[in-house]
Amino acid sequence: MSLVAATRSETTKVFSTVGWWILAIVLVLYVGSTAAGLAFVFAASASGDLTGGAGTPTLSADGLAPVLYSIGGSIGYVFPLLIGTLMVTTEFRHQTLTPTLLATPKRGMVLWAKLTAGVIIGAMYGLISVVSAALPAAGVLAGFGLDTELGSGDTWALFARTLLALMLWTLVGIGVGTLVRNQVVAIVVVLAFTQFVEPILRLAGGFVDWLAEVTRFLPGAASDALIGASIYNVMGAGASDGLEWWHGGIVLLAYALILLLVGHIASWTRDVT
Amino acid sequence: MPQGEVLEFTGVTKEFGAVAAVQDFSARVEPGVVTGFLGPNGAGKTTTLRILLGLVRATSGRATIGGTAYADLSSPLRSVGAALEAASFHPGRSAANHLKVYAQAARLPRTRVDEVLTTVGLADVAGRRVGGYSLGMRQRLGLAFALLGDPGVLVLDEPTNGLDPEGIIWMRGLLRELARQGRTVLVSSHLLTEVQQTADRLLIISNGSLVFQGSVEDLAEPAEQAVIVDSPDRQALAEALTGAGIAFENLRTGVSVRGGDPADIGAIALAAGVALSGLQKKGPSLEEVFLGLVNGSRVHPSAAASHTSAAAAAPLLAEPGAPDEVAEEAAPEVVAEEVVAEEATPDESVPDEPVAAEVAATEAVATEPSDEEPADVAPTTADSDEDEDEDEDQALPTFAPVSSFAVAATGVIEVVPRASDDDDPDRSDGRPHTATHDDTAAHEDTAAHDEPRENDDNEERS
Repeated sequence: MSLVAATRSETTKVFSTVGWWILAIVLVLYVGSTAAGLAFVFAASASGDLTGGAGTPTLSADGLAPVLYSIGGSIGYVFPLLIGTLMVTTEFRHQTLTPTLLATPKRGMVLWAKLTAGVIIGAMYGLISVVSAALPAAGVLAGFGLDTELGSGDTWALFARTLLALMLWTLVGIGVGTLVRNQVVAIVVVLAFTQFVEPILRLAGGFVDWLAEVTRFLPGAASDALIGASIYNVMGAGASDGLEWWHGGIVLLAYALILLLVGHIASWTRDVT
Repeated sequence: MPQGEVLEFTGVTKEFGAVAAVQDFSARVEPGVVTGFLGPNGAGKTTTLRILLGLVRATSGRATIGGTAYADLSSPLRSVGAALEAASFHPGRSAANHLKVYAQAARLPRTRVDEVLTTVGLADVAGRRVGGYSLGMRQRLGLAFALLGDPGVLVLDEPTNGLDPEGIIWMRGLLRELARQGRTVLVSSHLLTEVQQTADRLLIISNGSLVFQGSVEDLAEPAEQAVIVDSPDRQALAEALTGAGIAFENLRTGVSVRGGDPADIGAIALAAGVALSGLQKKGPSLEEVFLGLVNGSRVHPSAAASHTSAAAAAPLLAEPGAPDEVAEEAAPEVVAEEVVAEEATPDESVPDEPVAAEVAATEAVATEPSDEEPADVAPTTADSDEDEDEDEDQALPTFAPVSSFAVAATGVIEVVPRASDDDDPDRSDGRPHTATHDDTAAHEDTAAHDEPRENDDNEERS
């Protein structure tokens, strides 16, 4: 019952059901089509092919590629978040926590194994997400004769930070699942927060200065800061004075740790009946 | 071959809020035998097992496997295999992958997955999603999980639920074989008949407390059995028995000799030249003893020390169903009782008998309309099966009727706590509450309530 054995068990759990590849397919389609669509619009606009309607600012071709590549993180993060949540809530939903704890009776060990497996699975989703965003975006940019910036070290650093962000999001998801045992409730909370609550708050933060001070510490904003570029910034919804990238990483990690700590105390060590 | 370990529960108590699901449960489960863990639904079986397996934390007390708490076992699945009642499967995962997950966690070789799937007969469907499995297949998969680490201890919660008759026979054989190999096998069930055929030893739990611990043989006290003998010539038979110095009681169906040996009785009859029309051994069925223990109307010394007061405390409704026949048989027999001249049986309980028979008769009429006139029962001379059973309790030092119950015509059993219980210090010594006590008057008040239950002691035991 070492950590290695328990972690192998956790990865087998994820890969022996259909959930992971369904989410991966949706991720590829969602991130890929968004990246391709926005790349087309931005590239056409920047190259002058698309002359805008009412006062659309003409984008410069400069810095376009990183924004498009970051879609893998700024949109794709919800998938590792969901997988992380499901890694814990399915144990409650299907009562598999019983055999899990029979095989590995130390609950802290089980949670550590889930976190380790979460890092691996988060990296895998990160890779899929980065490729899903970068491939169509670079293709479109190249098609318009614009710089793909794939030769730049900064671009690859952005890819690496996206990978890191999605790993952290998996851990946040495990934290959410540990705290919110009910699978349906946990999924609703995750989707509602990431798709509605936070985007609206960040949008509002774009207009109210004092609110921006708060919203830049929201997990999505911290994640965007970590990645270093975001589609939200371009669309005017992000705080212009975001956190340093590594501050963003620490804030995201703090979210994961706080959720895990509270979940461990409030839920994880409870009786399994 | 993995060796079994002793499972030991020491004062295990679990409270959910104000409700005690398990209270002061102390028991020992030995290797090499199948131990049945019996109790009605909600008695605390599953909670007790989950405490043993470290899934539920006991409020106080300790449960150990070979002296070690489950969480401290160095390789839990190799030491203990458990299949709990809840179907713990992800419906989208195949049986083989389900087992692979836990084989990996416990560092067991991959080959064990195929081996145990073959053992439980699921090898052909190993690749199918568990969601499509029948209840019986899920039970088998649960057992496969328990066997995964080839453990010395097996803890199975209601393992035969959902199995077809063939599967049940297979399961029994497997459990016996595992115990024969020296493993510890603890099997819970709410049906005595289910474990009776497999288990060598029994733990019986009721309302969270242990009410019996011992072998299946211990459950039915030999002293509670009687030889029922009958002859076309009752008078000659009675004389022969009296001549041989054997105490007996007259019944409608013959003559009852408590604790007698059929061979001896037959020899006496032969020597006296009395032709017999019947000779058989009778006693309460294990099911009746079980029900009595569970509803608190019996107390066994193996659990009495910690439990007597608790059992006497609360009246409860026993599970309906099984005792139906008790109600149906009891009433007509009481009402239609022949009046048998009673001369030959000087008996301690005589002063009690008339009251018992009379009240029982009245009650039987009330619950089950009958053509018979209760007045037919002559109060001073009546002798009935009930009396015999009353006597049986008397001669039985270990079972004390703590509370009694009445069986309604619907089969529902109502437990009637004895009014005299709480202030009767004699109760704690385990002695039966009968006319031999000084408080005959108090007993007469409650004797009637005993009748229907004790009548069922006549159930033939095979």
